Amino acid sequence: MTKYLLYPGCSLESNARAYHDSLMAISGPLGLELEEIHDWNCCGATEYVGISLTPAYALISRNLALAAKQANGTRTVVAPCSACYLNLAKADYYMRESPRLGVKVNTALAAGDMHYTPGSLQIRHLLDVIMNDIGLETVKRGVVRPLTGLRVAPYLGCMVPRPDYEHRWSNPEYPTELDRVLKALGAEVIDFPLKTHCCGGHMTQIGPDVAYELIRRLVHAAAEYRADMMVTLCPMCQLNIDAYQGEMNRHFGTNYRMPILFFTQLMGLAFGKDPGELGIGRELVNAHAALARIGVEVPPAEAAPAPRKPRRPKEALPMPHMPEDMEVNQ
Amino acid sequence: MTSPENSSPTERIGVYVCHCGTNIAGTVDVEDVAQWAAGRLKHRGVVIARDYKFMCSSLGQEMIEKDIKELGLTRVVVAACSPHLHEQTFRTACKRAGLNPYLCELVSIREQVSWVHADKVAATGKAKAVLSGGVERVLHHEALEPLRVPIHPATLVVGGGIAGIQAALEIADGGFPVIMVEREPSIGGHMAQFDKTFPTLDCAACILTPKMVSVGTHPNITLLTYSEVTKVDGYVGNFTVTVRQKARCVKTDLCTGCGVCQEKCPKKIIDEIYEAGLGYRKAIYVPFPQAVPKYPVIDRENCTYFQKGTCKACEKFCPTGAIDFNQEDEYITLQVGNIILATGYDLFDPRRIPHYGYGRLANVFTSLEFERLSNAAGPTNGRIVLRDGVTVPKAVGVVHCVGSRDRNYNNYCSAICCMQSLKFAHLVKERTGATVFNFYIDMRTPAKAYDEFYQRVLEEGTLFVRGRVAEVTDAARLAGEEGKLIIQVEDTLAGKQRRIPVDMVILSAGMQPRADAKEAAKLFGISCSADGWYIEKHPKLDPVATMTEGIFIAGCVQGPKDIPNTVVQGAAAAARVLGRIQQKEIALEPIRASIIEAKCSGCRICNNLCPFNAILFHEDRMVSEVNPALCQGCGTCVAACPAGAITGTGFSNEQVLAQIEGLLMLNLDGRRRVAEKAEAVLA
Amino acid sequence: MTTTAIEVEIERPDLPPLPQPPIADLRFLEEVAAATAGVSRLEMCIQCGTCGGSCPPSADMDHTPRQLFAMIRAGMRDEALRSNTPWICVSCYHCVVRCPQGVHIADVMYTLKSMAIRAKLYKDSTAPDFSQTFVDFVENYGRSFEFGLATRHYLKHYPLRLPGMVPKGFGMLARGRMDLTPHRIEGLDQFRAILARAKELEAAS
Repeated sequence: MTKYLLYPGCSLESNARAYHDSLMAISGPLGLELEEIHDWNCCGATEYVGISLTPAYALISRNLALAAKQANGTRTVVAPCSACYLNLAKADYYMRESPRLGVKVNTALAAGDMHYTPGSLQIRHLLDVIMNDIGLETVKRGVVRPLTGLRVAPYLGCMVPRPDYEHRWSNPEYPTELDRVLKALGAEVIDFPLKTHCCGGHMTQIGPDVAYELIRRLVHAAAEYRADMMVTLCPMCQLNIDAYQGEMNRHFGTNYRMPILFFTQLMGLAFGKDPGELGIGRELVNAHAALARIGVEVPPAEAAPAPRKPRRPKEALPMPHMPEDMEVNQ
Repeated sequence: MTSPENSSPTERIGVYVCHCGTNIAGTVDVEDVAQWAAGRLKHRGVVIARDYKFMCSSLGQEMIEKDIKELGLTRVVVAACSPHLHEQTFRTACKRAGLNPYLCELVSIREQVSWVHADKVAATGKAKAVLSGGVERVLHHEALEPLRVPIHPATLVVGGGIAGIQAALEIADGGFPVIMVEREPSIGGHMAQFDKTFPTLDCAACILTPKMVSVGTHPNITLLTYSEVTKVDGYVGNFTVTVRQKARCVKTDLCTGCGVCQEKCPKKIIDEIYEAGLGYRKAIYVPFPQAVPKYPVIDRENCTYFQKGTCKACEKFCPTGAIDFNQEDEYITLQVGNIILATGYDLFDPRRIPHYGYGRLANVFTSLEFERLSNAAGPTNGRIVLRDGVTVPKAVGVVHCVGSRDRNYNNYCSAICCMQSLKFAHLVKERTGATVFNFYIDMRTPAKAYDEFYQRVLEEGTLFVRGRVAEVTDAARLAGEEGKLIIQVEDTLAGKQRRIPVDMVILSAGMQPRADAKEAAKLFGISCSADGWYIEKHPKLDPVATMTEGIFIAGCVQGPKDIPNTVVQGAAAAARVLGRIQQKEIALEPIRASIIEAKCSGCRICNNLCPFNAILFHEDRMVSEVNPALCQGCGTCVAACPAGAITGTGFSNEQVLAQIEGLLMLNLDGRRRVAEKAEAVLA
Repeated sequence: MTTTAIEVEIERPDLPPLPQPPIADLRFLEEVAAATAGVSRLEMCIQCGTCGGSCPPSADMDHTPRQLFAMIRAGMRDEALRSNTPWICVSCYHCVVRCPQGVHIADVMYTLKSMAIRAKLYKDSTAPDFSQTFVDFVENYGRSFEFGLATRHYLKHYPLRLPGMVPKGFGMLARGRMDLTPHRIEGLDQFRAILARAKELEAAS
């Protein structure tokens, strides 16, 4: 059992409850022991830092100070939510890079009898921990119901792969980590070109027109690639694409029906867990139709009609050779 | 060691303190320094001390010469600028006057005193100390003679691209033998892959192949292709080089170049090198029809016979029986006097920039791929088409600065991409009539007829967008984008983000050093910068020589450049080599280390520390020895030797210690001062 | 031949005074850089436009990020702080990872937001208000409170949209994705003390 300090963040307690449910359900099979940071506070999302710098970083660092004090046998904080992850990681990084900021923050923390030494914690995202600490072999071993035939569009959003100061991801524009986890579950992963393109973030509240356009382009691209669903790791992205899909459709006069689930939910399904346990059904754009494809007896591979690949004309020029984990599914 | 207080002067020293205009005189009281030397250092041998406005001028030098002749000076000390600048000047002046040049010492009271201190009193004091150090040191100088080594008339040229070809032809035409070693089966380099060259739009092969043929047929050039250098020993004028000539599996004395073997070979593979991955070749192949030499080569990794033991079709069909599967690599040892490295560059790999889509999106091409597409002898016979091999594009985008000018990839500008992009724009327009967009940050067209070429391309109607491309995607968002590649960019001059749908994208990828540049540099014993380009002796005044005597660099191996500059560098390197060969011998600076054999314990610590591989170890006597021709006098081994067994002519222990004594002014009042000071400290 | 230099008197009280130059505060660049977390590298910008090209909502911005940086360097303080650009920024960090000069663009945007708030120079208050409302809840409870945030924000800025939001609100409630009451942390006093001190420090800098 590997132990980590968990920073759930406000979203996992409310609009991304499904993320939380499924995370708890899969932690057993993965051998992941999560201890919640006691009395953590909101990280400020992308709102606080735009109001005032020092208070914003002090707000974030209270959590770091709590975690550091609570750390018994583990120095790693796991954050499943993108904004929380980025805020915690950035705070630690900037306090190391700019001692002036570190001094200011610790002076503020001292008013609450707290202190945080920058660099004393490692902030990791959940996907990073699953890929690199737990490993794909363990994930594969836990799969009892492979998600064969389910076409998924992996969607990471912005704030996890970027800005990646600690170089944890294979690429800030085109990371393959989520693809590989989903492949390990047996799903058919499409080469989704917009996998790290913005969902609009808080623009749904501030400038809805901007947000609807960003949501539309993502949903359209997933539909164009004939994905059954999008799979994400960010609560904000899930909220925007799920809860605002209806409004987006009304705005453009379209009728997309693209469900979006958290990757932990799919992991849970592949591990044989009951859908209810995983928060499936909490989504507004219903995923049941898509999931019906794996809920039923899957016909053997030979019988299933192979997707027709467009025949390459014999005059076609060769494509450049790409590394294995970037193998493309059309 | 001479004892300062009780020696009577044995030498006659002339001291010259330079004003250097106000550079030195503005901070240091130079007249005072000269007078001080004349008085306080008289007992050390100073017979004359002068100050002068510009010692390096002819009048200044003549002053020294006159004093040497008239006053019978046996040593000269000049206090002026850094030896890097004028050591040679004053040494030559002494030589003209009949004094051995190595009996002259130049101490810096500019870079080390007047340019770094503001306090005039303190600076003047320091100048006196520095001068005093110089005087003490020069007493230990010896009359040295430069080392003369003969120059072997043969030259090794590594790399058969246009730089190497130019250099080889110039030396060979000059009447001296050249051996050219080229890694690929044919010479020609990258230039042989291009279609047209800017700004003249000359066909690259048409201007290159005559030179290639000259190299192939020149009586003075020995061409070793499909070969690599494996070992380099020796020093300037006398290099011993081992070359591994890889087995072609074709007997060149029997092969007529008829090409039947290639026709009959059943194994077709993607040609990653010459066709840039866009075309095919056989397992037995000649890289291109105008290859020099014309003999094919068997690619063992892909040959059915070597991998599975069957086939042998080439052998069956060869009319002259030239195929020899049992051929082995040959190792050839060469003696050469000079080496020219012209190993060229590699293209930046745009797969490192995933948001440009190369490798995932079919119709994104690199610059080299496009050259092959456009080339009449290429995989599409010169038709500019999409990756399906059939469709002609109606809109094409050319992206500048791919992987260059970017601290995430390569920081530098690759020098040729703007011109190359303009060339692509012109070719696409001419051949297909498509709408062409060029996306740039700055337009760099500095050389002759370059900006005029830009004007021409503007006239032809290519559309220019000043903005660095943010991404190339196939995800359609707006009407008209379906099925296209969309280039998303900020048009900075219009101030708006634009999404431009095109059919084909050409990435002007930058230049990079060869993947094995660092290993090769080590092999030859020259310096390589952190990013992999080879380091020239002086970036402005000596771009083809290196810090290692006898080894020169030419072409893109020194940094990105266009063909005219590459040819110039090849010719420059050749000229330097020819000059050396004509002189028949070279005088090497006698400032170098030497190992006192009696003191050497054979620990060999010095062997690996030497940056110039100048120390050999004698197994029989268990002692190390410095090769004076390779040694550059850097002093690393001297410092490292635990037994203190290494000293140097020009920087012997005596000289350095004497200089320290002089700096501390112990030569003035003798050891009493040291003793007094020590007492004062301990009290 | 000798030439005499023409001498111009500096003090000429008989001539009318020259007009004042338009305001160009060249210290603005330094100010922005100093107020940014980490090292901004704003002075390294070569105006290549990669940021503007990458920015997803750039079509709705008054100025592209690149234009904004040009304005900052030109000392156009008022126009820069009045621009809606930082408020439309979605923090996607595409610009940051693609910038060839390593400018910390997103962090500069945050700086501009807080400077605009302090100088009260934003044109449209929807975005600053949203942030402020979010922050008010966090400061009161230690956690964010979406229900409160949504209702207060829409009441103030988009009251006509509220009825349309009701079905979605019920949908979220029914699926257990929204709380009607806020959650308070335990160490709220200590938390507030920290924030108060931080605000003092921020005001002093």
